[in-house]
Amino acid sequence: MKKLSILMVLVLAMTAFMAGCGGSGGDAESSESGNPVVKIGVFEPASGDNGAGGKQETLGIQYANSVCPTVEIGGTTYDVKLEIVDNESSTDKGPTAAQSLVSAGVSVVLGSYGSGVSIAASDIFGSAGIPAIGVTCTNPQVTEGNDHYFRICFLDPFQGTVLANFANDVFQAKTAYCIAKLGDDYSVGLCNYFQKAFEGLGGKVVYETFPEGNSDFASYVANAIKANADVFFAPVSIEAAALIIDQAAAQGMTMPILASDTWDSNVITGAATGKDIDIYVTTFYQEGGDPEFDAGIKAWIESDSVNLANNNGNTDLAAVTAMGYDAYFTALEAMKAAGSIDPADIMAALPGVTYEGVSGAISFNEIGDANRDVAYVKYFNSEAGAWELKGAQGI
Amino acid sequence: MDFLRDNLPYILAGISVGGQYALIAIGYTMVYGILRLINFAHGDMFMIAGLMGVYAVTWMPLYAAIPFVIVFTVILGFAIERVAYKPLRSAPRMSVMISAIGVSYLLQNAALYITGGLTKTYPNIPWISETIKVFGATTKMVTVVTPILTIVLLVILSLLIKYTKMGMAMRAVSRDFETSTLMGIKIDSVISITFIIGSFLAAIGSVLYFTNYTGVMPTAGAMPGLKAFVAAVFGGIGSIPGAVIGAFIIGLCENIIKGLGWTTFSDAFTFALLIIILIVKPTGLFGEKNIDKV
Repeated sequence: MKKLSILMVLVLAMTAFMAGCGGSGGDAESSESGNPVVKIGVFEPASGDNGAGGKQETLGIQYANSVCPTVEIGGTTYDVKLEIVDNESSTDKGPTAAQSLVSAGVSVVLGSYGSGVSIAASDIFGSAGIPAIGVTCTNPQVTEGNDHYFRICFLDPFQGTVLANFANDVFQAKTAYCIAKLGDDYSVGLCNYFQKAFEGLGGKVVYETFPEGNSDFASYVANAIKANADVFFAPVSIEAAALIIDQAAAQGMTMPILASDTWDSNVITGAATGKDIDIYVTTFYQEGGDPEFDAGIKAWIESDSVNLANNNGNTDLAAVTAMGYDAYFTALEAMKAAGSIDPADIMAALPGVTYEGVSGAISFNEIGDANRDVAYVKYFNSEAGAWELKGAQGI
Repeated sequence: MDFLRDNLPYILAGISVGGQYALIAIGYTMVYGILRLINFAHGDMFMIAGLMGVYAVTWMPLYAAIPFVIVFTVILGFAIERVAYKPLRSAPRMSVMISAIGVSYLLQNAALYITGGLTKTYPNIPWISETIKVFGATTKMVTVVTPILTIVLLVILSLLIKYTKMGMAMRAVSRDFETSTLMGIKIDSVISITFIIGSFLAAIGSVLYFTNYTGVMPTAGAMPGLKAFVAAVFGGIGSIPGAVIGAFIIGLCENIIKGLGWTTFSDAFTFALLIIILIVKPTGLFGEKNIDKV
């Protein structure tokens, strides 16, 4: 009898405990200011291959949050709280990070930098019914075949074609050397689209891949020179990019390097300044596009040493930072349109959301991709150590 | 001449990366010779040396920074042996091995914590990072310096082992651990010296390697460490000249394979080689029983 009563007490205590922590997605909590809280998940890499880019994208989101920390949804003012996780740029660690966002009860997720992790975590958000807004993941598979993933940037088929056209128009290139990382959805995908478009224009492509953890690019650069390529197409992560730049300069490579949105980072500026190489990249935003935003975010980055370190120690703006900023406001717009912080309502409202961001107008098509038809092409002036706008290029 | 101009970059890259692997591989092979322990933390020591190089130049002038990095790495190697391996001297060999894996992860995660996960760019070291022309191929000075320095260090190390008292003690310990203790050899100091030499070479290797491949990240030591380990096995683990020759062969093959256009398989080749060697000649190229092991 005594045993039974102890058991009863235990069961009761367990039930009470479980009820206490059973908060599910969308439940409002109240904060210090007394306002209810809505949580936005930030699913970005802070370490690994894409750590530098992920941190810069997160900076944009954090800045947007500091500019606009509250949102009015259906007549109630909510405090917006960012739940930031590190997906380690890794497709096997990403899902765990995604799961922790789901458990934290976020209403909507932003991210990730790098398409591979976004694809890997997509199902977790999908089965939890939480909508996700991709900020700069450009691989088509991210939004294909699902209803919960949206994105505000252009896509790789578009970007690859733009770069192939650019190589053809500007350099009259006949042979292109393409390099991608093995098993990386982003770079392999982009190389494929570039190859398709470039061969369509009558060019020839030499395509090679490097394995994870490789830092010896000497032979790849030598291969490109041996192939007599006219352009070197390297849509790889920033970490590999810095090593490629270094090797290209060491071997005196004269052909221009074409690259994608990842290269628009001050890690590249640091690696390439003072070296005799030509770099052209496509990107989402060029510094100076919105002076007010530029000035605001620079002051904000400078005000905090942690932010400054996350932006690689200076206040040069990366396009992904501007995209992170726009993504945050797009999420707020979606919540306002939904009139609720329930993930399901936000998901239903997202396709109709439009927003005029610093990187241009944002609206979604039926797949959930942003309607964008222009990419900015930038040239790196290695003497001055700064990016210069070359112009906007369409297909 | 055209053939040379086309293919020289691969050979240069292969010899230089081979020399850098060799400097790491000596550390593996010496520790194995003495302790019968595969020191899995060695690759991460190499990474920490690289990271220290990045930070040291911000604290002090360059001529002081490089000696500082070497001294720091040597002390770290010594400390790791004293803290993580020495207490396990009488434990089964497997325990020491697991302890080594633990140290490896500890170092990686410490580096992750300190750097915040971002890749650090290795500072430019004057002279060895200059660009030079060798028979029409453009490369960095370090590419030419590495193999020469490696050979010089190898010769010095061999002389040390052959002609000094400590070297004699090392050879004795590697032959028979227990008997040499009975003969009055101070086993702890022999082991410490082994770790000190290994760390010293890894520190020099890190300066050369990261001057050529400038990104230092927490996992930067994993792949070079693994390949140096393969080189040590290939040359016959326990044999110092074997490790150096194995490292040069692996460095060269890797780059020639990339040059042939099979870039995708360059790493797979290295590990396939390990498997083949273990099947066909488990003692490696120079790992005969009657050859002095240190």
